[in-house]
Amino acid sequence: MSRFELQHITKRFPTVTALDDVSFSFEHGEFFVLLGPTGAGKTTTLRVIAGLEKQDEGSILLDGHALDSYTPAERDVAFVFQQYSLYPTMTVYDNLAFPLRSPMRNTPEPEIRKKVDEAAEKLRITQLLNRKTAQLSGGEMQRVAIGRAIVRAPRLFLMDEPLSNLDAKLRESLRVELKHLQKTQGSTTLFVTHDQIEALTMADRIAVLNEGRIVQQGTPDDIYDKPGTTFVAQLVGTPKINLLKAGRQDGTIHVVDSGLTVPAPKLPLPESFLLGIRPEDIRPDPKGAFTANVNLIEPLGVETILHLRSGNNSLVGLVPGMAAQKVGEEIRFDIVREKLHFFGSDGARIVGDAR
Amino acid sequence: MATIELRKVEKKFGDLHAVKPLDLAIKDGEFVVLLGPSGCGKTTTLRMISGLETVTGGKILLNGKEVTWNHPSERDLAFVFQFYALYSHLSVRQNIAFPLQAQGMKKQDIDARLKEVVDILRIPHLLRARPGKLSGGDQQRVALARALVRRPSAFLMDEPLGALDAELRESMRAEIKNLHLAQHATTVYVTHDQIEAMAMGDRIVVMSKAEVQQVGTPMEVYYDPANLFVARFIGSPGMNLVKGRVSQGAVHIGDCGRSPFPPGWNTAITRALDGRDEVLMGFRPEAARVNGSGSFSGEVYTTDMHGAYTVLHVRICGDEIVHIRSDRQTSYPIGTPVKFELNPDMVRFFDPRTESAIRREAP
Amino acid sequence: MARFEERGPRIPVAQATRVDKVNPRARALRVFIALVSVIMALIMLLPVGVMAISALKTRADVMSAPPKILFRPTLEGFMLLFTDRAVASPARLQELQENAKTGKLGLFERMALDAGMEITGPSAYVTRLENSVIIAGTSTVTSVVLGLFAAYAFSRFGLKGKNDLLFFILSTRMLPAVVVTIPLFLMYRQLGLHDRHLGMIILYTVFNLSFSVWLLKGFIDEIPKEYEEAALVDGYTRIQAFFKIVLPQAVSGIAATTVFCLIFAWNEYAFALMLTSQRARTAPVTIATMMGRGGIEWSAIAAGAMGFLIPVVIVTFALRKYLLRGITFGAIRG
Repeated sequence: MSRFELQHITKRFPTVTALDDVSFSFEHGEFFVLLGPTGAGKTTTLRVIAGLEKQDEGSILLDGHALDSYTPAERDVAFVFQQYSLYPTMTVYDNLAFPLRSPMRNTPEPEIRKKVDEAAEKLRITQLLNRKTAQLSGGEMQRVAIGRAIVRAPRLFLMDEPLSNLDAKLRESLRVELKHLQKTQGSTTLFVTHDQIEALTMADRIAVLNEGRIVQQGTPDDIYDKPGTTFVAQLVGTPKINLLKAGRQDGTIHVVDSGLTVPAPKLPLPESFLLGIRPEDIRPDPKGAFTANVNLIEPLGVETILHLRSGNNSLVGLVPGMAAQKVGEEIRFDIVREKLHFFGSDGARIVGDAR
Repeated sequence: MATIELRKVEKKFGDLHAVKPLDLAIKDGEFVVLLGPSGCGKTTTLRMISGLETVTGGKILLNGKEVTWNHPSERDLAFVFQFYALYSHLSVRQNIAFPLQAQGMKKQDIDARLKEVVDILRIPHLLRARPGKLSGGDQQRVALARALVRRPSAFLMDEPLGALDAELRESMRAEIKNLHLAQHATTVYVTHDQIEAMAMGDRIVVMSKAEVQQVGTPMEVYYDPANLFVARFIGSPGMNLVKGRVSQGAVHIGDCGRSPFPPGWNTAITRALDGRDEVLMGFRPEAARVNGSGSFSGEVYTTDMHGAYTVLHVRICGDEIVHIRSDRQTSYPIGTPVKFELNPDMVRFFDPRTESAIRREAP
Repeated sequence: MARFEERGPRIPVAQATRVDKVNPRARALRVFIALVSVIMALIMLLPVGVMAISALKTRADVMSAPPKILFRPTLEGFMLLFTDRAVASPARLQELQENAKTGKLGLFERMALDAGMEITGPSAYVTRLENSVIIAGTSTVTSVVLGLFAAYAFSRFGLKGKNDLLFFILSTRMLPAVVVTIPLFLMYRQLGLHDRHLGMIILYTVFNLSFSVWLLKGFIDEIPKEYEEAALVDGYTRIQAFFKIVLPQAVSGIAATTVFCLIFAWNEYAFALMLTSQRARTAPVTIATMMGRGGIEWSAIAAGAMGFLIPVVIVTFALRKYLLRGITFGAIRG
């Protein structure tokens, strides 16, 4: 039906190149997430797609047709900002009706009423319609902002970190709602965030952006299980993945400055490289092969984060439930060998024969 | 010794009760977290302790001495703000030295303290920089250094990690906690993020709508929430709460499952409900296990990938959705019928009328 | 990154941390400061007060030394200000006295009669007052409207040499009026703008533009541009977005700017003195030059000054809410 494509988009500002040869595409009905740290170029990408900024090179295509010469109004996209999306001088109803009242659309009032009521119901804000926006809470404001985007039934939704400014709990519930809404409406959505949990839980596909370049694209499973670089490996997954310097000696891998060893897999490993171990793959076991000292314990209830010290290395482990370990204790543990990651010193994933 | 005591401390803005009378005793060296959603009164409480907000009722005591009407500068407390509040026209070194200069300390003493603090926070390379040029994490470290350099009786922190990227929050959290372990300084920390509260707090004060909902260790608020609010607020996602009917010594969840009372609950529940038969059963996502012979049945509504695990959203009878934690091995397409079992030790019950938890050991 | 924080109702910090409400020492200090402020205010208002009183004194009272505190108030000063008089012939005097008895004479006419004069018509002052209203009013409206559009452009668009342009605009205020007047006088003479309303309007507009552009730019900078961008994406043109979104939010800034521009144009003296003579002369100059006419008419001058003061005071008072918000939120302190 409709397929959006960004081809070799480059955008330069006087002091920095915000986007450098960015290319990706997504299909109708997809929830596509742009994930990256602050300053990666995510907002610039959205603004270029919306037409609020003009790219220096490259093209945006819809079903093969270039959108570059279209004004923002003509592109039929809706933008949900991180903040300041609602007009403070108007009521919620007028805010929702605003896009429909634009001279470009010329919608008659009864139809506006119907569309606004529909959108308000979907977002459960019908009771707020007559309030002034200044009286709303943060969560309510963002619901109205999303409502204003929905009301137009645009071709594409662009969302710029809409949940970042909300309380943690509110973020959780709105996340579920948004995902459900998107699935039931089938709306094509490009969602930008720095929060990897949002990316993993909501996305059909993810593109990781860093310093203006796309570093990896794929499904959440791909990004988590097979990170292409140390950057992606560290970005996704909480607590962060452990990256340890290691070297190979015959058939064994030795972690530098510690007693950790694992049998070498069938991969073309250079002399020294980085070994990646996810915290959940560190398993405390009284009969474990390795030892470490417990420096810090962070009990989260459902699981516990253990900050360990093994030799000269700091390790972070994740164990389910309440941990029996105490700070200062020496523990034994094992590593799940099937889930190890290997990266060269340039940061790239080392691939070869499957294990 | 740095104990902080709040006795019936309350704050009203005209008719609005921002903080209802609150009692809290903070031990020396304790890390206490004030946790709650926006507007619950946690920040106002912190500001009252610091003196930035006057008190409408009650007393505040520091080390046993009443400081309720003392000017903020007379309380020997250091405040760390969410947005750093660093002086942008001064260098990092000047920022950190500022509080000591204000006290009139001698130059060599200031230099000695500065070096100490800057080593602890690992920012000696930033001394000449201007705060505006630093990253968020570094700015927060400078703010912490500025607080630390005073060697105050206690630290008050107002959502110091709120302005940082998710990734950075994780590492700064551990840094602050490590700092606390090394310094043993009494700390009162305000946040809306329950993960931070659980990870860092010795005790957590859960607040909502100007009232304290529960005070307890992380384990206490997690495994024995005092009421529905705490049960839902702590944990990500929060506790599942399903409506059930009590009859014949078991809990019936609509027509999709029944479970006899886990041991120790029968008397307590019947007594608490006092003739009524509606109860709320609570269980955390990890307390449920999907297996073919489970006593509860439902249908998969959607699944969430969380990296190391998956969360299944399962619709059970009565149109309620429960969250169940599962590994990533099995895939559950939307609509799959599932059966699940509950760990009897982890099930909790609540009185729907009072919204309070029913305690297992009957009094 | 700001947050949608709710900390209860927005009580200003000053009120929320009123230590003096409980600490008696602080309270005493506060009372003392208030007293001193009141006394200083009285001292500063003294000249204005003297003027107000003088406007209501008779010629004789005004001149008396030591100054009379208790006196019989009269509107003689206003009469001297607003009317032209001539010595009446004895026949005319007779006539007028007849009319006075039958109540056909107005207040001013009776006053003139007492001095043996008759009213020949309104004085030039009335026209001058009209001139002030027209010139100050028009130039204020023009400079605010033009300034608004220019400020928006400076705020939102990345023009080449924007900073240079802005500095240039500011620089027009750097020269004192007196220095510029002579070249202006010669230019205006050449262009035929001397002593014309249009000439003064143009001049005041240009002079006020620098102020209004800078002030309004500060206000518009405070309005997040996401609002207009949302409108653009929703299908509005920039002009429509400007009127529907930016304008409603800039109202307080516009009010503040209007008042400041109005005050400048209304009170302006130097240019008015040099560049006008009969037709377009404004009130301030007229009041001052009343000094030369057959003796110094103090009561008339006082009356004129009071009358002149009142409209501006009323406008400022009416807009005070906007003004206070405008001063504290704007980029430039006026």
